[in-house]
Amino acid sequence: MLEPGMDAMIDPANERVATEREALFELLDVEKVYEVTKSEGFLKRSRRKLAALDGVRLRIDQGASMALVGESGSGKSTLLRVLLGLTEPTQGLALYRGRSVNQMRDAGPDFARDVAMVYQDARGSLNPRMTVGQLIAEPLRHFGICPEAEIPQRTNALLARVGLAADVAARYPAAMSGGQIRRVAIARALASNPTVLVADEAVSGLDVSTQAQLLNLLRKLQKDMGLTLIFITHDLGVASYLCEEIAIMYLGRIVETGPTQAVLDNPAHPYSKALRHSAPEFFEPISDPLPGEIPSPLDLPPGCRFSGRCTVAQSDCLANDPALTRQGQDRAVACYHPFAMSNISPEGIKERHVTF
Amino acid sequence: MTAPLLDVRGLTLHRGTKRILDDVSLTIGRGETVALVGESGAGKSTIAVALMGLIDKGDAVIEGEARFDGIDNLVGLTEKQWGKLRGKRLSMVFQDAGSALNPCYTVGSQLASVLRRNLGLSRKTAQTRAVELLENVGINDAAARMSAYPHQLSGGMQQRVMVAIALACNPDLLFADEPTSALDVTIQAQIIRLILDQTKTRGASCIFVLHDLALASQSCDRIVVLYAGQVMEAGRCDVVLRDPKHPYTRLLKSCVVEIGTQNLDPPEGSVPPYEAMPAGCRFSTRCPRAQARCADERPPLVETQGRALACWNPEWTR
Repeated sequence: MLEPGMDAMIDPANERVATEREALFELLDVEKVYEVTKSEGFLKRSRRKLAALDGVRLRIDQGASMALVGESGSGKSTLLRVLLGLTEPTQGLALYRGRSVNQMRDAGPDFARDVAMVYQDARGSLNPRMTVGQLIAEPLRHFGICPEAEIPQRTNALLARVGLAADVAARYPAAMSGGQIRRVAIARALASNPTVLVADEAVSGLDVSTQAQLLNLLRKLQKDMGLTLIFITHDLGVASYLCEEIAIMYLGRIVETGPTQAVLDNPAHPYSKALRHSAPEFFEPISDPLPGEIPSPLDLPPGCRFSGRCTVAQSDCLANDPALTRQGQDRAVACYHPFAMSNISPEGIKERHVTF
Repeated sequence: MTAPLLDVRGLTLHRGTKRILDDVSLTIGRGETVALVGESGAGKSTIAVALMGLIDKGDAVIEGEARFDGIDNLVGLTEKQWGKLRGKRLSMVFQDAGSALNPCYTVGSQLASVLRRNLGLSRKTAQTRAVELLENVGINDAAARMSAYPHQLSGGMQQRVMVAIALACNPDLLFADEPTSALDVTIQAQIIRLILDQTKTRGASCIFVLHDLALASQSCDRIVVLYAGQVMEAGRCDVVLRDPKHPYTRLLKSCVVEIGTQNLDPPEGSVPPYEAMPAGCRFSTRCPRAQARCADERPPLVETQGRALACWNPEWTR
């Protein structure tokens, strides 16, 4: 999507397109730095800064479906906490309908009602001592969605919407399977009639047939209810199935964003390309793995944070840190050499990268 | 044809009234890689654990035959007999290296202790050999890493150490139980490659337990598709996965979400609980091609046209 900080570069024709949909969430150069203590031998501690998010710009429109993709440590979950107002950014602004997310959250329950969340560990997010019916009725009462008398009826309607039979309302979470429990978590999130559904790895760790059932459910819900969907995943196939837009993160920064299909068909950032090719594909030889591992966010390499593993890194990549800039009409990429073809063998750069 | 390295016939595991594995047969040749695939409860890991002699006895009863390179039957060996096999001739890489490694010992001492115990090496030679093994699995600065504790290594590095330990005694057969499911995608390919390269140079066979069909097609020669403890279809990956004939294999493949997948048409329902399991084909409760006899009569696993198939109504014609 168009990045908020790049408005100056937008020509009038595109601006009209961009303003057709209302921006729901806007992140303006959000930075979140944690202070961590590090042990340096017996009784010796040092305080260091860990940038979990660094210069994140993102815009999510009303009715859009956005996939946030990245590996562990890429800052997906911190970004989510910032979007939900659970963590205040140390720098930059997180806006919801033009107002600061944290102010919205402090102002009352409206924000929480409008932005619903499905947690990664669905089972852990549900009280094991409450029945499914009670769990779904809880947000209905909390937000005063309907009169007390209508609650059972409403609960059944929500269960039906997520494809569960009415009789599961009497069951406890422990008696439900992994797929069913995620449906309960989704029903609970939908109870408040939200505008936005935020789902953190809502289909990971499931069997393929259960995963496929849930993906179809989420797709249907988004279409029928006009939900704005923010979907965190590490699976590019899932991202492409559910979301029109994608934002790929690496070590606390969005490295590429744009329409899912365009980005995955022709990734501009070398990391997006590597991610694209590391997904297993039928009968293809196992792809040349990306060399090395994700460096520690405590000691980022100088210059571009991906340079140590990048097969097309050049001298400018080692010296300066590229910011997310527009690339074509509706894409953006944080790379000095987007669409570059690999011309150095992975072995060539092995010398440079630090494994630990 | 030479005898296969491992020939499993009619492996069945009961726990009380539950039949966890139901008459499983499979073979693996020397130097071959085989993928066991299926959804949770299919018994993939249980097969690996049973063939390593690691089934928690309790109320478990194992029947069947597993001929392994001169040993008549792995099933029913005593713990003393297993002591000479496990870790030496059969070895295993576990799913979550972080919890499989002992957090209280350095990776070097865990690796060296395997060498000293199984191969009787001296303390000094074990150390030198351990460093070599770590270098083999692609750990930079191996000598320094010997004194690292597991928590000081990344997930990918921990899994490399696991591979080094599993291959320390040059086993004939390696089980890799979902070796990459806890890892990030860019690290996944590195580890699968490593296991394939290392087993190939040693001439060892490898059984992968996987849930990802695409990954199985990339890394294995043959595939065994399991559902609720029964073998549904088995054969060469390119034969079985290009054109699955068993309705379950076909459904499993149609549920794989790839980049650009437009529509998914998953089967409704889920695996029935053991109490409600049909006596015949266990997939019959969800099968779109089920016939009257499927629920009561178990279809035999028959070798036909380059694959083994257990189905009364396979999809020869669509």
